[in-house]
Amino acid sequence: MNQAILLSAENIDFMIHGIIPVEFLGQTVWITTSHACILIVMAILIVFAVVANRKLKKATEVPDAFQNIIELIIESLEGMVRGSMDKWAPGFINYIGTIFLFILISNISGLLGLRPPTADYGTTLCLGLITFSLIHINTLRHNSLKQIWIDKCSPLPPWLPVWLPINIISDIAVPISLSLRLFANILSGTVIMSLIYGLLQIIAIGWPGILHIYFDLFSGAIQTYVFCMLTMTYIANACGDTE
Amino acid sequence: MDINGQDLIRACSAIGAGLAVIAGIGPGVGQGIAAGHGAAAVGRNPGAQGKIMSTMLLGQAVAETTGLYGLVIALLLLFVKPLG
Repeated sequence: MNQAILLSAENIDFMIHGIIPVEFLGQTVWITTSHACILIVMAILIVFAVVANRKLKKATEVPDAFQNIIELIIESLEGMVRGSMDKWAPGFINYIGTIFLFILISNISGLLGLRPPTADYGTTLCLGLITFSLIHINTLRHNSLKQIWIDKCSPLPPWLPVWLPINIISDIAVPISLSLRLFANILSGTVIMSLIYGLLQIIAIGWPGILHIYFDLFSGAIQTYVFCMLTMTYIANACGDTE
Repeated sequence: MDINGQDLIRACSAIGAGLAVIAGIGPGVGQGIAAGHGAAAVGRNPGAQGKIMSTMLLGQAVAETTGLYGLVIALLLLFVKPLG
C-alpha cells in the first residue's frame, strides 16, 4: 500500500522545467516551461488581435457573429475600467484591457494542457512591479512634492514624520501582496489538479472536468478581475480627485 | 531504523507545512462572514444583486490572501526545502 502511494507520487508533476540552457554573462540560465507557455499565450493573443483588426477594418453596420464577440469584449472591458476610474479611465483602458486579457488567457491556459504562466512567481512579480511603477509615476504626475510629503506622514502632522516608515512599508507591500495573491491562487489550482491526476491516475477520467471548471475557469477569472480591479483602484487613488 | 539529521529536518518540515496551512481558518471565517452579509444584503435589496455579488467576490478574494501566504509557505517547506 505504502509502496504503491510512493510509486504513484513520482508521477505528480507541477514544477517548472528547464528546456534549453543559455549562457548569459558566464551563468547558465534556462529557458523554462513558463517562457514557452507565455510565448504560446502571446501567440494566441496576437493572432486574435490581428484577425480582429482585419475584421474591424471592414466592419459592417449589422455585425456578424465574430464582430459581435469583439465588440462585446471591448465594451465590457471599457465598462469595467470606466466604472472604477471614471475620469481617469481614457488613459488606462488600453493597459488594463491588455493585462486583463493576458492574465485571463494565462490562467485558463491550464485547460489547454499548458502550465499556467501565472503560476510562476517571475510572471506575477513583473505584473505587480508594473502596477507599482504606474502608481508612483502617477502620484508624482498629479501631486506636488509637498502634497506627497503630507500624504506620507498622513495621520500625524507633516512636521512629525514618525509615521513615514510605516507608510513606506505599506507602499512596498502593495506589489508583493498583489503578485503573491495571483501566484498562489493559480499555483494552488495547478497543484491540486496535478495531485488528482498523479495520485488517482486510473480513476481520474472525466470527472476532474468539474474541478477544472472551478480551479481554472472560475478561480482564474475571479483572480484576473481582482488583479485588474485593485490595480485600477490604486492608480485612481494615486491620481487623486484634483481637477 | 536510523534517523539522521537530514531525516529529522525533512520530518519537521512536513510538520511545519501542516501547521502553516492552519492559516486557512482565518480566510474561511472571513469569507463566511462576507457571504452571510452578502446574502442578507440581497434579501433586503434583491434589485442590487449583481453589484452585491461582485463586491462580495472582490472582498472575498482579498481576504483569501492571508490563507494563501500560509499555502505558499507550506509549499516552500515541502518542495523547495529551504532548510536542507
